[in-house]
Amino acid sequence: MIDWSHLVELIPLALLGGILGLDVVSFPQAMISRPLVASTMAGALIGEAPSGLLLGAALELIALETLPFGASRYPEWGSASVVGGAIFATYPSHPAGSMPLAALAALATTWVGGWTMVKLRQRNAVWAGQKREALEAGARGSVVSLQLRGMTADFVRGAALTVVAYAILAPLAARCIALWSADARISRCVIVTLAASVAGGAAWKLFHSTAGARWFFVGGLAIGLFMLFLR
Amino acid sequence: MTAATIPATRPRELPFSTRVGIFIRLLAIQGAWNYETLLGNGIGFCIEPALRLLPGGRHTPEFHAALARESKYFNAHPYLASVAVGALARAELDGEPPERIERFRTALCGPLGSVGDRLVWAGWLPFCSLLSLALFGLGARAIAVVGFFLLVYNAGHFALRVWGLNTGWSHGLRVASALGNPVLRRGPQQIGRLAALATGIAIPLALGRIIGPGRSLLGLVLVAVALGATVIVRLQGRFEGWRMSLVLLAAFSLFAVLR
Repeated sequence: MIDWSHLVELIPLALLGGILGLDVVSFPQAMISRPLVASTMAGALIGEAPSGLLLGAALELIALETLPFGASRYPEWGSASVVGGAIFATYPSHPAGSMPLAALAALATTWVGGWTMVKLRQRNAVWAGQKREALEAGARGSVVSLQLRGMTADFVRGAALTVVAYAILAPLAARCIALWSADARISRCVIVTLAASVAGGAAWKLFHSTAGARWFFVGGLAIGLFMLFLR
Repeated sequence: MTAATIPATRPRELPFSTRVGIFIRLLAIQGAWNYETLLGNGIGFCIEPALRLLPGGRHTPEFHAALARESKYFNAHPYLASVAVGALARAELDGEPPERIERFRTALCGPLGSVGDRLVWAGWLPFCSLLSLALFGLGARAIAVVGFFLLVYNAGHFALRVWGLNTGWSHGLRVASALGNPVLRRGPQQIGRLAALATGIAIPLALGRIIGPGRSLLGLVLVAVALGATVIVRLQGRFEGWRMSLVLLAAFSLFAVLR
């Protein structure tokens, strides 16, 4: 039997996932879809913004590698970060396994999200093809409706992805947390090592060709490590 | 549009309401992005409020011809597409020959794409993201980290779009000279250096806060990060780091659950 109260609880999450999924490419690209923001917002929705921020920071380090360059295919972080942030924020005491499993849920969703974005872009091309004659005649209504239809579809895509991913992955994460046998700190260290390694690699790719950048990086690293050991 | 409001001559200035209308539409320029016309429909969508200022308004053959021309294939960085929108709106309203406008459109695609990618996607976005991560690592609260990121990033984002629209409109078909602006020419390098500095500061601090209190494992993690980053750099082009993270995290989770 369908649990309607559970479905109603998913509506705010779906709306958030839809809005943040829309921000990735279609509107307004203000980067509210970055994991640091999206995961924190999802956490705030559950009533645990600090937990959302913690996971968002780990995901943001990974997302530095996948920036939205032109027609390239990249993972969709907006809806995925909502899913991960909401799962992690459900466990405010951060039991062992909650962070790696929430990050895993976000990464799996971001992968599927990237695929749905490709499909939407193909669908946009089909819709444009169907209106080719009107577009070639300069029909204002066709230009505007194509744009609005694309954005609506993108919103629905983000919302649907968030609901489906959360509905599948949240109960799965709950079962896995109950069975988790690794130490909590080691579990966190694993996710942080992976995230920081990806960020380090991404930074090298972005800045290695910039004259003098490596010295700036070394200087920054010295400052960062100094501040870390002072804290 | 009624006969009383149909403009009889081409305007020298974009009315404020038209400018605002174009700007809001610029935020949705990629709404119908697809693999065939890319940004094309978005350019037509954004220019349409300006085309209504053509003599006779929006029910004339000139309006339809201009809209059809502007909705064809176009590629550019979404923020810097505002330069193209401003310049093309000016060219259409100045009554430039269609062949000249089409040649100009073609010529504009490359520079607006590559400059925008280097300045924004490879510079400003990672820089703002890393600064925010450093702030997070220093212990800032959620509202401060998120607010800082959104304010700083979007100050640059909106400034670039507004500058692009104004510059495109004021230069028209001679906008290429404006693309020599020092921010566009030297900006990516300068931001790149600052972002490299921010990377060095942000990664250890963010890592420290995520791990939490107690430093027993920190040294080990830092060494593992250095090794992991080296592996990712070596595998560049063959394997993406986020996919590697997905696979390794899945393997670790299976191990931790099934053990």
